[in-house]
Amino acid sequence: MILIIEQILNGLQLGVMLFLMAAGLTLVFGIMNLVNLAHGALYMVGAYLATYFFQATGSFVLGVALALAGTLAVGILTELVALRTLYERDHLDQVLATFGLILIFNELIAMLWGRAAIYSALPEYLQGHLEIAAGLRYPLYRLLIIVVGLAVAAALWYVVVRTRLGMLIRAGASNRTMVAALGINIRLLYTVVFGFGAALAGLAGIMAGPIYAVQPGMGELVLIQVFVVIVVGGIGSIRGALAGALIVGLVDTLGRAFLKPFLATVTTPSAADAAGPALASMLIYLLMAVVLALRPEGLFASRG
Amino acid sequence: MKPSPRTLVLFAVLALLAAVPTLAAAFNQPFYLDLFRRIMIFAIAAASLNLILGYGGMVSFGHAAYLGIGAYAVGVLAHHGIHNGWLQWAVAIGGSALVALVIGAVSIRTSGIYFIMITLAFTQMLYYMGISIEEYGGDDGIRVAKLSQFEGLIDLANPTAFYYVVLALLAVVLLLVHRLVNSRFGMVIRAAKSNDARTRAIGFSPYPYRLAAFVIAGAICGLAGALLVNQTAYLTPEFMNWTRSGELMFMVILGGIGTTAGPLFGAAALLLLEDLLQGWSLLPKLVHNFWQFYLGIVLVLVVLFAKRGLAGLLRGSKDGADG
Amino acid sequence: MAEPMLVVENLRKSFGALAATDGVNLEVREGETHAIIGPNGAGKTTLISQLSGTLRTDEGSIRFAGEDITELPAPERSRKGLARSFQITSIYREFTALDNVALAVQAHAGHSFRFWRPARADAALRDPARAVLEEVGLGARAELVAANLAHGEQRQLEIAMALATRPRLLLLDEPVAGMGTDESLRMVEFLATLKGSKTMLLVEHDMDAVFTLADRISVLVYGRIIATGRPEEIRANPEVRAAYLGEEA
Repeated sequence: MILIIEQILNGLQLGVMLFLMAAGLTLVFGIMNLVNLAHGALYMVGAYLATYFFQATGSFVLGVALALAGTLAVGILTELVALRTLYERDHLDQVLATFGLILIFNELIAMLWGRAAIYSALPEYLQGHLEIAAGLRYPLYRLLIIVVGLAVAAALWYVVVRTRLGMLIRAGASNRTMVAALGINIRLLYTVVFGFGAALAGLAGIMAGPIYAVQPGMGELVLIQVFVVIVVGGIGSIRGALAGALIVGLVDTLGRAFLKPFLATVTTPSAADAAGPALASMLIYLLMAVVLALRPEGLFASRG
Repeated sequence: MKPSPRTLVLFAVLALLAAVPTLAAAFNQPFYLDLFRRIMIFAIAAASLNLILGYGGMVSFGHAAYLGIGAYAVGVLAHHGIHNGWLQWAVAIGGSALVALVIGAVSIRTSGIYFIMITLAFTQMLYYMGISIEEYGGDDGIRVAKLSQFEGLIDLANPTAFYYVVLALLAVVLLLVHRLVNSRFGMVIRAAKSNDARTRAIGFSPYPYRLAAFVIAGAICGLAGALLVNQTAYLTPEFMNWTRSGELMFMVILGGIGTTAGPLFGAAALLLLEDLLQGWSLLPKLVHNFWQFYLGIVLVLVVLFAKRGLAGLLRGSKDGADG
Repeated sequence: MAEPMLVVENLRKSFGALAATDGVNLEVREGETHAIIGPNGAGKTTLISQLSGTLRTDEGSIRFAGEDITELPAPERSRKGLARSFQITSIYREFTALDNVALAVQAHAGHSFRFWRPARADAALRDPARAVLEEVGLGARAELVAANLAHGEQRQLEIAMALATRPRLLLLDEPVAGMGTDESLRMVEFLATLKGSKTMLLVEHDMDAVFTLADRISVLVYGRIIATGRPEEIRANPEVRAAYLGEEA
């Protein structure tokens, strides 16, 4: 039982990280109709900058703040220099150009910090465990990630549902020409939304640093999971991104933890040994296929 | 009928490729035999992608899956002591067609960004499956000690013989794709790419045609996978890495999307460029070490400024007839 | 007595709270040219899209040649003999005019799982396509890439593609939209030559064209047909004058 709660928490923690990535990406898809593969690169940039600034300043909080600002700047710069010219291009061009951007980002990081994974430390006050139930001690830092992730989700909900910017974002996701007709500076809106998404991806990377390997290419692994999240949740929908992220996070984590022991109860242990890990790593993609078969537009499609 | 300049260039290039083994032997540079065989294998894979991407408008970002299925079919059978080349290659082609049928059946119901993400995600699924099966080497891969056997016909262990097999298959595949895209079937998938609503309005249901094209492309790419694992004599899930899918797409674009010879030019250009960036002694070490950085820059520039690719240079005005 | 070619009953389609068609009843008899007129936003294009199958219908039924086609997808309706032209020209821009029409012929020549023989050398497709192009007056332009045709010629090409499917009913969504006076006159003349031999349902803004071509006219206002009758009846109908013609005057 304890183990199950612990794995559910792990799943939530993965889920909120995926949500931070998916929120920005789904808005960029929905509003700019841009396939941005380089979104994962911003996650990587966030992780590296946080690690670097924490070491340089000695303060974790300051490091996080600087890394967030840095990722935002890198994101906006990328939008201004490269992505802006891609909005009017077809998806194929977008895929290839942002694929090129990934190579550029990964190699730049490798030039600066090398190809090996770097060690990203935690300050002492975040290293402990918290006893959240009798016999269940859970790492404080992972709890913090869940709390921050949910807080960001709530803040995003507020911005999108309650503010004028949010109104524009929602309108943009469903009807671009209408927003343009309202006389809104669409270029500025795009840049703001993109920067917003970049900062969220950076935040995910910053928080990922101390628990996952910080290395070139780390963004792409998570990016493809985020694609699954968005397909499951429906393009352009923040609600869908949250639901999709939590579902994918939980299914992936629980699958990896329990599929093998479960299989061992229904088949032989050696068969479970062989099939368990393979099946567990395929689980979220199978989930995606099922969702697509039932609801091709995702669970919370914002566009009809 | 007078052949177009592009057709002449294609025949000239094929003739040059036929001369490579002789030249490589004359200059004692067996490396080039290997390099050009590799280029031709990827040209076959890119030609299959060109069928659905260039002519069918299906932006499949998971085409490396079929390279992987083809390679695994050969590698796994070899691992279990089955070396019959006919059987291995048939399983490679059939298996790839089957996987393409399943992936295509789900993903062709969607379009646009969904299609891109779904084809990518399914390929990633196969990639992780490859990584997690320890029996076949997991992420390290395994050596394929004995190449596909075609007793009494040809010995792939002979580099020159293998080279000509690949060249012949490339010529067959290019001809096949050329005939396909100009047949009634090809006209339907091209029409559906050009104007989906119009295509439905005149009475075509595009789905089965798109799916059939997707399966044919998967099967051809499966053959390329079978060749590739014989080329490397090593089976690894890296064949299915998503960057491989990106490279295949880039080859199609670079050579000129929706042209018969484009995939060959594109594969040659990309692999030669990669080879230069990685090893050309005139370039500084900094370039060799971070060659993908420069590749990325070339990629972005080509997409932004040279969309019609190399074949575009040989083409006068854009017309509907493809040579 | 034979059932009319097309019988539409109580057809509805809503976009959110907006009912674009709100209970349309309509009959098109075999051989007639039937025009639908109505102010902007009356639901004309929605109706055509529902009839051709590009939009799903919320409620109501469509019977075509004695058969319920309400749930049939667009390609199957086309194969049953319902052809349409689009308000915004919809052709294969990078193909030649002949290719465009040959594709329409091909769509009605059995399945297209034929992988080897070049379609462009296939007389079974090219000859009928060429004949239709001659019929609409584009014979000399057959080998031109469609994108390079003049706007009026592209509209003619659309009609040619529709005709090439040998339709029993031709749905024409504003066939003279965006045309110059000369082009428009020629198109009306051409459509007049089809009268009688083809059953046509025509949505059109150009009143000259409508009153020249139509045997009967239906007036669509706010998603409902408020009147159907011969042109002179419609001209005289006070309700129509109030709701529609009055606006134009």
